[in-house]
Amino acid sequence: MTVQEDVLVNIEHLSKLFPVGAGVFSRSDTYVHAVSDLNLKIMSGESVGLVGESGCGKTTTGKLLTRLLDPTEGKIELNTYEGVVDIASLRGKNLKKFRQMVQMIFQDPYESMNPRLTIYDTIAEPMDVQGIGSITDREERVAELLETVGLAPAASFMFRYPHELSGGQRQRVAIARALVIAPIFVVADEPTSMLDVSVRTGVMNLMRELADRLSVTYLYITHDLAVARYMCDRIAVMYLGKIVEWAETEELLHHPQHPYTRALLSAVPVPDPTFEREPVEIKGGISKPVNPLPLCRFYERCPRADDFCKNNDHPPLEDKGAAHFVACYKV
Amino acid sequence: MVENVLEVKDLTMHYTTRKGPVFAVDDVNFHVARGESVGLVGESGCGKTSIAISLLKLLPDNADIKKGQILLNGTDLIPLAEAEVRKYRWRRISMVFQAAMNAMNPVYTVEEQILEAMQQHLPDMSDAEMDEKVDALFRLVGLDPSFKDQYPHQYSGGMRQRAVIAMALSCDPDIILADEPTTALDVIVQDALLKRIRKIQGELNMAMIYISHDIAVIAEVSDRVGVMYAGRMAEMASTEAIFHYPIHPYTMGLMSAFPSIVGEKTALVTLPGEPPDLLNPPPGCRFNPRCPYATDICKEETPPFKDHENGHFAACWHPGGEK
Amino acid sequence: MTTQTKIVPIPLWRVRLKLFWKSLRSSWALFAENPVGLIGLGMIIFFGLFALAHPILMNTVWEPRVYHPTMGYDMEIAFHPSQPSARHLLGTDPLGRDVLSQLMYSTRYEFVLGILSAVVTVVIATTIGAVSAYYGGIVDTLLMRFVDLVIMVPFLPILIVMSSLIKIGMLELALVIGVLSGFGSTAIVVKSQALLVKVKPFIEAARIAGGGDFHIIFKHMLPNLLPIALLYMMFVVTGAIFSEAVLSFFGLTTIEMSWGLMINITQTQGYLMRFDTWFLLIPASLAITLLCAAFYLVGRALDEVVNPRLRRR
Repeated sequence: MTVQEDVLVNIEHLSKLFPVGAGVFSRSDTYVHAVSDLNLKIMSGESVGLVGESGCGKTTTGKLLTRLLDPTEGKIELNTYEGVVDIASLRGKNLKKFRQMVQMIFQDPYESMNPRLTIYDTIAEPMDVQGIGSITDREERVAELLETVGLAPAASFMFRYPHELSGGQRQRVAIARALVIAPIFVVADEPTSMLDVSVRTGVMNLMRELADRLSVTYLYITHDLAVARYMCDRIAVMYLGKIVEWAETEELLHHPQHPYTRALLSAVPVPDPTFEREPVEIKGGISKPVNPLPLCRFYERCPRADDFCKNNDHPPLEDKGAAHFVACYKV
Repeated sequence: MVENVLEVKDLTMHYTTRKGPVFAVDDVNFHVARGESVGLVGESGCGKTSIAISLLKLLPDNADIKKGQILLNGTDLIPLAEAEVRKYRWRRISMVFQAAMNAMNPVYTVEEQILEAMQQHLPDMSDAEMDEKVDALFRLVGLDPSFKDQYPHQYSGGMRQRAVIAMALSCDPDIILADEPTTALDVIVQDALLKRIRKIQGELNMAMIYISHDIAVIAEVSDRVGVMYAGRMAEMASTEAIFHYPIHPYTMGLMSAFPSIVGEKTALVTLPGEPPDLLNPPPGCRFNPRCPYATDICKEETPPFKDHENGHFAACWHPGGEK
Repeated sequence: MTTQTKIVPIPLWRVRLKLFWKSLRSSWALFAENPVGLIGLGMIIFFGLFALAHPILMNTVWEPRVYHPTMGYDMEIAFHPSQPSARHLLGTDPLGRDVLSQLMYSTRYEFVLGILSAVVTVVIATTIGAVSAYYGGIVDTLLMRFVDLVIMVPFLPILIVMSSLIKIGMLELALVIGVLSGFGSTAIVVKSQALLVKVKPFIEAARIAGGGDFHIIFKHMLPNLLPIALLYMMFVVTGAIFSEAVLSFFGLTTIEMSWGLMINITQTQGYLMRFDTWFLLIPASLAITLLCAAFYLVGRALDEVVNPRLRRR
């Protein structure tokens, strides 16, 4: 199967199942379907947003893409300089090599750095582990990156410890570490949600600038639709392990088609007291996708669902025009 | 003329630490009228939670209220001893804490915890009356009363938050403080809760102080908004005035730092720097290191918090950014 | 946009040394805040000097024939044990040897024993704790069940039984105590700390950088485990000194001179419960108690350095 020239990441039928209640000597037959049959194409150079509430599987997807978790099923094809590689089935030395190409920015600026290592050690770790460059090369590279992310002069930051830096500064270090060995794909897991508002914008603007300048392809995972709008070219909305809608940002925000997306958009508070939001049309509360039944996963909460939705499997993602994909029978 | 349930005058509170005093709250003035919802917004370290615990006098050992008055229905709470204050707490002023799970004791059922507060403050009520009241409270916050004998861990996040609100309302307080009640919740759950809170407030004509770092939530929930920065009140006005005609440069910066899903996609303006360390706050106006309009007077003298027009208060030497 | 960045002129190892020194100084400052720790440290220093004083005295003021701790004999005094006098500041033991000399001489062995056991314990406990926490599953189960076994079996009876099988000198004793403690509760404490470290995002970050198990355990987990391991080391020293005292008291060791042995001689010669020969019992007992207490106090003060929550604001 040929992959298009511009597609950097091609995800096909990605699934991750977690067993519930298994012990050392017993098996379990109850599974949480954290990610089910996920299909997504990410183009080179674009920023894609993965949006959803807690439990929807977005963080799990991020971990699958960086192989912090092993997929239960599916392919993740990365279009590298050496051809197309299926990340999902890599092992051992090949896995280590792939790590040079995909990196991650974590959510928590306080816990994502070893408090006993200096900033230099933290940023240089990927180089150290992959055996890239001599000591002087590494120092130069770290200094270069510190300047790039706005922590100048580099010499005054290199040998400090994380607790001496503020949250915003730490997140910049996290960005520097993610970019140090020039990956082609970066997964950012809610990088700004734990930062103060006035600091957030600085980090967001930095990421956008770097995306343009270094042609980095991002997967931006967030629960905040407003942030996703600002940061992403295209947005995929997830619900209970599946993508329910997937389109260009402005198209999604102005013409949401899936009932869940509409409910989500209408629930976001707006920083304007005179703005009247539309009523949120959704029933019930969020649940866990444990041994899900073969019907649309949104059935229980959907205002438009009917028997057809109940009697058929979860609807497939279909292009409803202008590369706007929706997984719904009622659209 | 609607009377004020709460009047806070010149409230100053410091924490004593090994490295010296932390000036958490400095000369804060504001009032809350009956039935009014006042939002307090600011970033971490601005003092909004410190104000909340000062109002309830739930201060840790190393915190001291240095000066000021907290007039609850005319009575100053500051000089009162702990035993006296306890009569007001929960009965006249109560609080919904951040992170509901921490506010509830995991070994007691939700019902028992609500009853505990009521038994303390409403000794004249009979058991049957209290039972009925618990049911009514549950319905008020949107919970099914049949869940009242369950334990907090059996509730979902949204349900727990509602239970904590029910606890805070149990003794019919005149004013309720809500400290980031929806921060940990998903947006759809948050929406339902915010609408419920507004509804309750309307029905009970209750005064409320809503604390949050999220200005979008504040916009939806408040009649008036106070913007806090580094322990001081930077600006206070009606919600509409704060959002559409802010005059303090920090407020102005804050407004343009929030991305929104409606309207035009605008570039976000970055406020340079970080909120100051309250061990060593900058002299004069504490915002001066980050303010694009700062001049010498800003670095030397603290601007007074005064009425600039029609109840629109601000502490700034150059309101609106003019020099 | 990036200006030409100057390479940091100081070599990396020197920077690390400087940082290490700085962190040592700030740890010291925290430690010194607590008078308890300083008292303990003072006592340890005193005992250290006490031990060092012995060879000096032996080579200068004290005649080896009389003052040697194991082989000395004072012929000028008729009856041994003799009361404290100008000649023998703490008197002589039933075999005619100077008590003070014995006390000082034993001190160095107590230190060696304590520290050797502690080091062995820390090495074993940290390794088990880290490996157990990191790998989980069957490795964890097996190791932890083994640890349970070691904890369940009573410590002293094991030593007593062993002493009947092999000759237990200072070195053997240190190793045995070290191994038994290492596979004991210290391992569990280290493991629980390791479990906390294992789930921190920086471990995931290390994995994403390409770090394998070895890299993560050695570069990330161990440095975060050492503080608590060092802390427990202090308590192991206490236990080791005490255990040696008990075993020597029972005569189960082949150690030629120690505080426990001093009490053993006292007892076997029948001078244990007599007030007039207090100098045979009290100094040795006091020495044991004080040295153990000293290490314990240092451990308590270290606890406040290692565990920030215990610090006063």
